[in-house]
Amino acid sequence: MKSLEDLKKIREAAQNKMTMRMDDNQKYRIVVGMATCGIAAGARPVLNTIVEEVAKAKLPVTVLQTGCIGMCTLEPIVEVFDKDDNKTTYVLVDAKKAKEIVAHHLMRDEVLEEYTVGKYKK
Amino acid sequence: MDELALNILDIAYNSIRAKANDICIYINDSIKENVIDIEIEDDGCGMTNEEVGKVIDPFFTTRTTRKVGLGIPLFKQNAELTGGYLHIDSKKNCGTIVKTRFIKNHIDTPIMGDVIETMTTLIQADENIDYIFEYKTDDIHFIMNTKDMKDILGDVKITEPEVIIWLKDYMKEGLSQ
Ligand SMILES: Nc1ncnc2c1ncn2[C@@H]1O[C@H](COP(=O)(O)OP(=O)(O)O)[C@@H](O)[C@H]1O
Ligand SMILES: [Mg+2]
Repeated sequence: MKSLEDLKKIREAAQNKMTMRMDDNQKYRIVVGMATCGIAAGARPVLNTIVEEVAKAKLPVTVLQTGCIGMCTLEPIVEVFDKDDNKTTYVLVDAKKAKEIVAHHLMRDEVLEEYTVGKYKK
Repeated sequence: MDELALNILDIAYNSIRAKANDICIYINDSIKENVIDIEIEDDGCGMTNEEVGKVIDPFFTTRTTRKVGLGIPLFKQNAELTGGYLHIDSKKNCGTIVKTRFIKNHIDTPIMGDVIETMTTLIQADENIDYIFEYKTDDIHFIMNTKDMKDILGDVKITEPEVIIWLKDYMKEGLSQ
């Protein structure tokens, strides 16, 4: 049985990670649109997949949620910001694409052009 | 939205946007009583009676990114379709409670869906908001208060991915007693 006591171990591990981050710094912020339109389009599993993958790989990445990004037909939308606040907007994201975004963009700094908003807005 | 859990997420986001600090989510899913009751209570900005009246109307929203508010009117319609209801009790500058009932064995009653993902998503949204989550069926009674977790976590945020993953497993165990 899981008990609240187990959380102490998680706390210690997370504290270690925080000290490591001091030098590494937060490399990316990844933001998921979670308004009604996003939720209806499948944003919840996208967010949860990202949280899981980031936890698994112990990435120095902050995962955030936001409201309506204003392009309801392209939801779920995921925005990736780098250290200098450059933004990449991924649209029509599902759990599978979310995994790829973590594996390529967040872990190897490779933008997945084919999933970005530029491909859809002509 | 074909899962009640997604509607719960959507209604609870209204509480977050209303600047709530504490949100209670209560679910009673009972075959014996033949109901699914969902109550979402917050201490956010609240609404006047007049505002509550308008919220039920799908063409009302205070948001500026879209002209039409959809969450509550659609959810109300879905509940009523099954013989249930949606009531809003709200007091300006005090808080709001949204009580919804679905009749469990009605053919139009949606599946519950993944309540655990809904809870971890909400908890992940803002480290400063606290949740009491209560889930009852004929066999299970699970209650969780994020304040208890924060007491143990100290300076580690409850929104850390590692903590969220743990919470997910903790709730999974709690809901499968
Ligand atoms: N818990 C709440 N506290 C305060 N105001 C609320 C709450 N829930 C809903 N409202 C008000 O009702 C409006 C309509 O809500 P909703 O039907 O969910 O549509 P939307 O969230 O898209 O505006 C909101 O914009 C808000 O002004
Ligand atoms: Mg809403």
